[in-house]
Amino acid sequence: MTTTDPYAGVRDTTEGRVYTVTGGDWDDVAADAVTEHAERLVVNMGPQHPSTHGVLRLILELDGETVTQARLAIGYLHTGIEKNCEYRNYTQGVTFVTRADYLSPLFTESAYSMAVEKLLGITDEVPVRAQVIRVMMMELNRISSHLVWLGTGGLEIGALSAMLYAFREREQILDIFEMITGLRMNHAYVRPGGVIQDLPPGAVEKIREFVQIMPKRIDQYHDLLTGQPIWIKRLEGVGFLDVNACVALGVTGPLLRAAGLPWDLRKSQPYSGYEGYEFDVPTQTTGDNFARYLVRMDEMRESVNIVEQCLDKLRPGPVMVDDKKIAWPAQLALGADGMGNSLDHIRHIMATSMESLIHHFKLVTEGFHVPPGQVYQPIESPRGQLGVHLVSDGGTKPYRVHLREPSFVNLQAVPAVCEGSLIADVIASVASLDPVMGGCDR
Amino acid sequence: MSDEPELPPSSARPYGGYFDDVSDALAAAYPNVSQAVERSIVDRGELTLHVRRENLRDLAQQLRDDQDLRFELLSSLSGVHYPMDVGRELHVVYELTSMTHNRRIRLEVAAPDADPHVPSVVAIWPTADFQERETWDMFGVVFDGHPALTRIMMPDDWPGHPQRKDYPLGGIPVEYKGATIPPPDERRQYA
Repeated sequence: MTTTDPYAGVRDTTEGRVYTVTGGDWDDVAADAVTEHAERLVVNMGPQHPSTHGVLRLILELDGETVTQARLAIGYLHTGIEKNCEYRNYTQGVTFVTRADYLSPLFTESAYSMAVEKLLGITDEVPVRAQVIRVMMMELNRISSHLVWLGTGGLEIGALSAMLYAFREREQILDIFEMITGLRMNHAYVRPGGVIQDLPPGAVEKIREFVQIMPKRIDQYHDLLTGQPIWIKRLEGVGFLDVNACVALGVTGPLLRAAGLPWDLRKSQPYSGYEGYEFDVPTQTTGDNFARYLVRMDEMRESVNIVEQCLDKLRPGPVMVDDKKIAWPAQLALGADGMGNSLDHIRHIMATSMESLIHHFKLVTEGFHVPPGQVYQPIESPRGQLGVHLVSDGGTKPYRVHLREPSFVNLQAVPAVCEGSLIADVIASVASLDPVMGGCDR
Repeated sequence: MSDEPELPPSSARPYGGYFDDVSDALAAAYPNVSQAVERSIVDRGELTLHVRRENLRDLAQQLRDDQDLRFELLSSLSGVHYPMDVGRELHVVYELTSMTHNRRIRLEVAAPDADPHVPSVVAIWPTADFQERETWDMFGVVFDGHPALTRIMMPDDWPGHPQRKDYPLGGIPVEYKGATIPPPDERRQYA
């Protein structure tokens, strides 16, 4: 090796020679490694690598360009969300769990809130309007999550323009979210008992405009990619995982449906009124990366369809349960200094109603008590089964919150889809699993 | 967190819904069931079977393979630490899904802090691999028979198991406009 780069060192260890590759010197390293001793090369890909969706580290053992073994190291984004929730009241928990999977925050919020409602025994008391808004927000979120997968997945295998188109529509959805929740991500919009505030004026029109545009845009993606020979060659027959392997490894969501099993919790164990919507569960049978691509594309169409039905179902009404001991005191309004409790509400609790003031104070400082017990609430997130296991000891804080994250479980399939394939296909296959490390590591 | 999360007593038959079918099918597939299952609790529309750890693996095998049970998907596996449940401080919770019959049940296994061993179910549900590693990492439960039980979230040389109740949350007081806000675990508790 003739490198002079001070950071591209070579050192001998008991495990063999270790090279630090800094780019541009791969030929030197490979030549040296092959002539010196190694018939096998262990490559450390990540944790900082543009195609690992965050900080995922892959340890690949290579024989030439073929991957003989793949292992993964995770935990780089572990932030202790589950532990933190044990020290905050149930409502505050929403702001923590929403930060787990940052591409589908509304799903984690909803699953968590539904689990709290189940513990409280108020699942059936959540107002219809809140349920419809939740479904609508979740389906919009499913589209935006799939769009990130499409855009970045395209980037990773060289179809750079896919990102420009996918992020255009994602931006539109994030604008809708910003208008409704105040934030583009980490919304904390879905709360135990309903949602934090009603749709602002103009939101319905904006969503209607989106659902009219979106089907044409999905056609555009198909025109851009589906028949494209390079796209097909990179995806077809790559990263195969059949139904047996999926179920054994706990892999759910689009990956399982791409292998041929039409398992969708929205259909099989409906929640939030999903039984009242008409939609199909798209499936494919080939179980490869191309099948997953087609399933996700079809899912976006179905989601648009569901959002349209939500708009038709929206009727005026409350968006939070009646019980003042649970409903967070939020009569929000836009003031000169930003969003806050409306002046009418403040006047009411400060000047006219002592009882309201007490409720407000107790709820905000203590939170509400939840009867002891445990529940598990699974929902269908863009990546598969997202479950919340919640244990209460009767206090105002959760005793234990566990997020069953599909990213975490699905990543176990990496060795199965990568071993035996070419190293270039590792990137396409990991992308097709669509892991979000914030959710995986929590 | 001073309150003890009270576990309800065993529920009385009939449980309602498919829970009776599951219990009957389990009794037929696993004759030793009265010994293996310490308690069956139906609460909030969910069935929890408290299983003795010695029997876990045999019972799990039947739950997966018997044609009337077919819990082929282990949805979730995680731990809960109950320091006040003396002699059974560490609980492991298994959420099972039967896609064939569209059913869900929960298994719960307890182990004492002094002997934190629970048999691994990786051989039955390979998806338990990462989830058992996480439960070891966070709670210190040793899963006997796991192929490579190493830490998964925390660094390999990390001392302690962070999600146990005796492990502090950590944090520092924060000053804001002259007032000091203590870290979350030192703030006022509401029983």
